[in-house]
Amino acid sequence: MLKITNLHASILDEKQKIKPILHGINLHVKPGEVHAIMGPNGSGKSTLANILAGHADYHISQGEIVLENKDILSLSPEERAAEGLFLAFQYPVEIPGVNNMYFLKAAVNSLRKSRNLPLLDAMDFLTLIKQKIKEVGMDEKFLNRAVNEGFSGGEKKRNEILQMLMLEPKLAVLDETDSGLDIDALQRVAEGVNSLRAPHRSVVVVTHYQRLLNYIVPDVVHVMVKGKIIKSGGKALAQELEEKGYGWLLEQVGA
Amino acid sequence: MTNSYLKEIVNKQYQYGFVTAIESDTFAPGLSEEVIRQLSALKNEPAFMLDWRLNAYRYWLTLTPPRWAHLQYADIDYQSIIYYSAPKSKKEGPKSLEEVDPKLLETYKKLGIPLHEHSRLAGVAVDAVFDSVSVATTFKAKLAEAGVIFCSFSEALQNHPELIEKYLGTVVPYRDNFFAALNSAVFSDGSFVYIPPGVRCPMELSTYFRINAAKTGQFERTLIIADKDSHVSYLEGCTAPMRDENQLHAAVVELVALENAEIKYSTVQNWYPGDEEGRGGIYNFVTKRGACRGKHAKISWTQIETGSAITWKYPSVILQGDYSVGEFYSVALTNHRQQADTGTKMIHIGKNTKSTIISKGISAGFGQNTYRGLVRILPTAHYARNYTQCDSLLLSKTCGAHTFPSIEVKNPTAQIEHEASASKIGEDQLFYCRQRGLKMEDAVNLIVNGFCKRVFNELPMEFAVEAQKLLEVSLEGSVG
Repeated sequence: MLKITNLHASILDEKQKIKPILHGINLHVKPGEVHAIMGPNGSGKSTLANILAGHADYHISQGEIVLENKDILSLSPEERAAEGLFLAFQYPVEIPGVNNMYFLKAAVNSLRKSRNLPLLDAMDFLTLIKQKIKEVGMDEKFLNRAVNEGFSGGEKKRNEILQMLMLEPKLAVLDETDSGLDIDALQRVAEGVNSLRAPHRSVVVVTHYQRLLNYIVPDVVHVMVKGKIIKSGGKALAQELEEKGYGWLLEQVGA
Repeated sequence: MTNSYLKEIVNKQYQYGFVTAIESDTFAPGLSEEVIRQLSALKNEPAFMLDWRLNAYRYWLTLTPPRWAHLQYADIDYQSIIYYSAPKSKKEGPKSLEEVDPKLLETYKKLGIPLHEHSRLAGVAVDAVFDSVSVATTFKAKLAEAGVIFCSFSEALQNHPELIEKYLGTVVPYRDNFFAALNSAVFSDGSFVYIPPGVRCPMELSTYFRINAAKTGQFERTLIIADKDSHVSYLEGCTAPMRDENQLHAAVVELVALENAEIKYSTVQNWYPGDEEGRGGIYNFVTKRGACRGKHAKISWTQIETGSAITWKYPSVILQGDYSVGEFYSVALTNHRQQADTGTKMIHIGKNTKSTIISKGISAGFGQNTYRGLVRILPTAHYARNYTQCDSLLLSKTCGAHTFPSIEVKNPTAQIEHEASASKIGEDQLFYCRQRGLKMEDAVNLIVNGFCKRVFNELPMEFAVEAQKLLEVSLEGSVG
């Protein structure tokens, strides 16, 4: 599904100096798998998520990203979305004055159009979204509010999951979706993600804590430190990190 | 990458730039008492009208053009302007819509303004003003049944001179300002509306202004009177051909709302804005003001300003009657080299008067967008309230947004709120929308429309969609 090979990336800092962030990332996510990327703050996890989605601030100096046999590095964010990539944002953006439901309908139909699928009419869309919004445990009143405007942290994250369920991506990337969630919301979000799990879909969960992984059980766990994946393993690795922290790993690799 | 892409989508062509080939009766360029006498005679005006024009003209001669606005333009040569141009076919005056020159009907059809009464906009009565004269007014008979007078200003001068003499210049006197004085001297036509007591106007009224002839100024005058307990909603639209020289449009609009009456006045201004380099375009210097003369009267201005090289206008409300209400909702967009200096004045005189100002400025390309507002609470205005919200959205690094709010409070019971914001269109918002699969162009339009939503909501439904589309067209090609 997703194959990242030797990815090097940098960003221009405030002084317009090149600051390298990723130093040769390799990642292979097979169809149906859930991978977790863990690591201390500032390790480059969120950068990787943003680069996958095509954020223009980052410069890719080396490497490739292949989604279902297609090199997506040269594609625009909307083209990547059309290929089936979805990013649940760490900080979902507010769009004042734009109705949440209208936004979702525009997104769904824009994707359907680029995939040559018939567009959903208002009735079909409404039926679908009413079903999905129940699954994430959101009140229907959020559909008629402006996108994320005045939403609490938890509401924003649920809204991301609602969008994900509506857009039915092949590859969902969740960037710190667990941050700011109470335990109920965390479970709802996890249920949403789990309901999407299928043999033809993959999920990459970027997280700082192991907590979310109790509910979304990963097939593979990677530890990222200073722009490199320094260790990969099964779900037990996440448990180990939760108990011991990241310190022992850093010593082990001499980082 | 993002910026160049943005630039690409903010530029669409002006669609209304064509010229109608039609024979016209046109004055020679230049302004003098003789020109004004000629104009007044041509229109067979009553004596009071000519006297008023001449007084205005003599006063205008003593004035110098205002330069306090945040606008840059070369001095206007008032002697090079043609002050009257009318299609020849108008000479006899069409008795009915069937007699209107087919070329004119065709012109308005191209503009999407149907001058027949079984059209898509069947619920809207239209007065069409072409250069200096009104060429047609629809639904007159139906409106007359309700007692509503809706006709060209020239016609009103013939048929209802007493109403004009009573109200003309009482809201915007000819001494008001340079452009109002000029307009008072040379205005050639416009619309007149009178809603009798207790009548709710059965349909939307609308005037469509079109400048066609070259080197011609358009000076129209609109007067709307809503008598006690009446209600009217009125919309004006405007376009002009693409020309390399600048053309002057200096209009005056006066609204009078008596006790318990309500006037809702909406403008979709789409005069030719000039080209990308700032060549040509309309100079739009307009004085618009309404007076709430009775208790519980209400005047609401909504404007969508996307055209003109220069816009200078401040639709205002004088809140005389106790409990009267004034509103101003504005979207002003400046792209390329356009400049707009616009806003409002809310003058609170009566007790418990209330005003709301919502202004949304969008700047793109090298556009300069200025909000200028005055809220004045006089000592008599006990418990007056004002709420002002003034937001700017910047779509390029080369454009500008400026705000000059002024608040004068002379009564301690007043409540004033002012909120302002300026933001650059968010790269993060665009990225978010695009990650969800929206194309760049759709993302920009979505964000801009969301920004303007509060104002669009105030437009009559028939026009809200058109306004949204107009904004998308005007934006094409200038973010960066």
